[in-house]
Amino acid sequence: MNDVVIGTGEAVVFWILGPVALAGALGMVLSRNAVHSALWLVNTMLALGVFYVVQEAPFLGAVQIIVYTGAIMILFLFVLMLVGRDSSDSVVETLRGQRVAAIVLGLGFAGLVGAGVARATQGLPVAGLAAVQGAETSNIEAIAALLFTRYLLAFEVTSALLITAAVGAMVLAHIEREPGTRPTQKELSRARFLTDRPQTLPGPGVHARGNSVATPALLPDGRLAEDSFATGIEPREVEQMPRPTGREQLGTPDAALGTLDPAPSDIPGGRDR
Amino acid sequence: METVPADGLIAASWLLIALPLAGAAVLLLGGRRTDRWGHLLGTGTVVTAFVLGLLCTLQLGGRRVDVELFTFVATGSLDVQAGLLFDPLSALFVLLITGVGALIHVYSIGYMAHDPRRRRFFAYLNLFVAAMLLLVLGDNFVALYVGWEGVGLASYLLIAFWHERPSAATAAKKAFIMNRVGDVGLALAIFLMFAQLGTVSYEGVFGSVGLLAGGTVTAMGLLLLLGACGKSGQFPLQAWLPDAMEGPTPVSALIHAATMVTAGVYLIARCAPIYDATPTARAVVLAVGAITLMIGAIAGCAQDDIKKVLAYSTVSQIGYMFLAVGLGPIGYVAGLAHLLTHGFFKAGLFLGAGSVMHAMGDEVDMRRFGGLAPHMKVTFVTFGLGYLALIGFPFLSGFYTKDAIIEAAFDRGDGWGYLLGGLAILAAGLTAFYMTRLMLMTFFGRPRWEPGVHPHESPAVMTAPMVLLAVGSVLAGFLLVVAFPLEGWLAPVFGEPEAAEHVVAPIVVSVLVTVVMAVGVLTAWLFVGRREVPVTAPVRVSPVTRAARRALYADAVNESLFMRPGQWLTRALVWVDNRGVDGAVNGLAATLGGSSSRLGRTQTGFVRSYALSMLGGALVVAGALVAVTTG
Amino acid sequence: MSLTHYLVLAAILFTIGAVGVLVRRNAIVVFMCVELMLNSVNLTLVTFARASGTLDGQVMAFFVMVVAAAEVVIGLAIIMSIYRTRRSASVDDANLLKY
Repeated sequence: MNDVVIGTGEAVVFWILGPVALAGALGMVLSRNAVHSALWLVNTMLALGVFYVVQEAPFLGAVQIIVYTGAIMILFLFVLMLVGRDSSDSVVETLRGQRVAAIVLGLGFAGLVGAGVARATQGLPVAGLAAVQGAETSNIEAIAALLFTRYLLAFEVTSALLITAAVGAMVLAHIEREPGTRPTQKELSRARFLTDRPQTLPGPGVHARGNSVATPALLPDGRLAEDSFATGIEPREVEQMPRPTGREQLGTPDAALGTLDPAPSDIPGGRDR
Repeated sequence: METVPADGLIAASWLLIALPLAGAAVLLLGGRRTDRWGHLLGTGTVVTAFVLGLLCTLQLGGRRVDVELFTFVATGSLDVQAGLLFDPLSALFVLLITGVGALIHVYSIGYMAHDPRRRRFFAYLNLFVAAMLLLVLGDNFVALYVGWEGVGLASYLLIAFWHERPSAATAAKKAFIMNRVGDVGLALAIFLMFAQLGTVSYEGVFGSVGLLAGGTVTAMGLLLLLGACGKSGQFPLQAWLPDAMEGPTPVSALIHAATMVTAGVYLIARCAPIYDATPTARAVVLAVGAITLMIGAIAGCAQDDIKKVLAYSTVSQIGYMFLAVGLGPIGYVAGLAHLLTHGFFKAGLFLGAGSVMHAMGDEVDMRRFGGLAPHMKVTFVTFGLGYLALIGFPFLSGFYTKDAIIEAAFDRGDGWGYLLGGLAILAAGLTAFYMTRLMLMTFFGRPRWEPGVHPHESPAVMTAPMVLLAVGSVLAGFLLVVAFPLEGWLAPVFGEPEAAEHVVAPIVVSVLVTVVMAVGVLTAWLFVGRREVPVTAPVRVSPVTRAARRALYADAVNESLFMRPGQWLTRALVWVDNRGVDGAVNGLAATLGGSSSRLGRTQTGFVRSYALSMLGGALVVAGALVAVTTG
Repeated sequence: MSLTHYLVLAAILFTIGAVGVLVRRNAIVVFMCVELMLNSVNLTLVTFARASGTLDGQVMAFFVMVVAAAEVVIGLAIIMSIYRTRRSASVDDANLLKY
């Protein structure tokens, strides 16, 4: 077996891009903004694409950059924008112990798998792909030869998978609406004017102290406006300011607004209750 | 003596059972449609059965006739042929049952005239007659057992006939349960016969009883005795019979005086070959008879309820019969003769008591009677004749048959014989006392009636049977003992009578008994007749009286020995069931339910929780892989 | 420097993706984490292809990419339709499947 020695250049690339990929992954998980996460992930994927190229898989590297980083991540961003980009996710963990458990398990898993892989592949001979690709056959030719011979069936099944996915996405995302069922603005307007009340429903009265739906509106003569009652809610006794009754009382703004207990105390500097 | 196949009218003797049974079926299934004529049909079947029984008996002439009917049970080695044995013994019982039964049916037409359920009453009476006839006519122990249970059922239904009265319902249950105790004994005896002999027919059992070990025969005899005690109200199962008086009076007369309660005597007489083989069991029969004789007589002296007095008298008189049949061959005939005469006079006495109650508005307390003789002449005369017959007034029924039993007791010849004879004479005195007390309190003295009671004589349909029974009470003893001796008639069953060697001369016994009887009557007159009878029972009485009023504490003994421990056992079992069994089962269920609901809590619905557990699983798998490859 | 470095890097990336799936609630970010895990696996496949001297690993990685593309399409469509009915893209809000 002709053992391929990994060159210094590759080592340099690895030690530069490896931390970049790791930083991208961590940034994706840790950033509260989903758009930032997507961009961090793009970062990692680009680094991985370079790794593929370095590891004698130029076709995969290109596909990684063009299809994955290009198409799929754009799809992600597209859906993010469609769903509505919340400024940021809440950082409060609602499931008790979930975060701690995830981190502990993750560290354990990484340690175990990393150590196991490192131990198992220590001194693993590197055959290199010079025998199957190189001068006469390019990487793309070699992959195509393999794909259309040994993996032909899987390839065809994959095409069926893709078409199914496309149809499924359409079915899931499509909203069926009968043509003509959606009323036009003209029809809506006409329907509104055919009722007893073309205008909007009255809001709470101007002198009401609250604007809750349980607070009924007041008519000019102080009665409650029946049609302002919210359905299904017991109307509350409206708590209202005393109505101004005379011109003198309108003299100052305070007097005009009145107070809930208008009788001033005889005791100087205090109220009697 | 060998049996012969049936011929002539006897071949149709199954009709004896079928007629009342059909009557009961029609009346029970026919419903209200038969209300109007139901009592006539019920009476008619029994009268017809009596006529048929009489004709069969006339044809019998000292033979033992086996009427084969059909195969009842044929399974494996158990082969029960349903058949009837018509022999002099069963003929006697057939005549007693149908004869007295017919009279009581007639009486009931009048007695139950105003009861809305009269038709059902007659149906039950017919059912009883059918079952009782099956009991005495069956030629094997299984048929006897079927009849035995049938009369128990009819007795239960009739005691509880006025089931809306709690006392009647309770009395019926008491009778039924105490009868069950005895029935278990009878059933075990039959099982024992089948296990040991492989047959349950009279012929097979009696033919090979000599082959059995002594212990087995003794066990058989004792078990049969237990059955007889239950049915006949003998010690220690005597407590149900007085309570059974809650039923209508004709029922008391027919079932609880004349016929059903004598089934025990019939059983022991029928099983004479078994008791011949086991002196031990026979001695126990004797002891039971003697004890019951005294208990009944003592308890009867202190009762105020007219029917209870008669009931304890019945207990006591059946004690006489048990005593007699316990004496062995010398006593069988005497016991059966007393059974027959007792059937007459006790039925007559009960009918008379019923007539009195009828007149007094269903009052049973003798302290509320008094001075009835001029108002109810027929009842008084017939009742009086029955009374004289019972206490053994010279040349009436009881005189002959009771004397015969006492003579037989003395004829044992040993010290036990003298003791038993003495007890029997003492009981005769007590009988005279309590019956005289009854007569005096009921018919003589100053009236102590409840206000608004107007005594009147009963209608003819009631008095006629009383008159006939009174005539029977007067004549039966003379006819059965002197004119047509029963020994001769029963010879095919019990063997030819031997010329008895009398230890004490019969005339001495008769004189002695009569004197004791006269003393009893005199004592009663001194205690009751001369004085004013208080309307309410005196409270301050001697301990003897108190014990006698409570029937020598039979109920208390039963309660403390059986009822209370039974209740404790039941409560303990219920407790164990509730706490132990239910607790274990419910606890297991609760544990499973709780743990599953706790496990269900892990299904939070949060995808991330599930993913966490997946990562944990992956960690375990990775750890295992590393461990395997490195280890 | 050896291929082991690539493999360890892939393992670490995979774990980061997995932990991200566990701790993030935004369904789209969770999907991105899944993509990261798939990519780390691809790196492993490519590395082992190089080590073994055959192209089968690269073909596998190619298939993984195709399947990932299909999965993303369907997954994002599902997220869309959930969002349309619940007005939320949080995976915690779709928690009806429980005890």
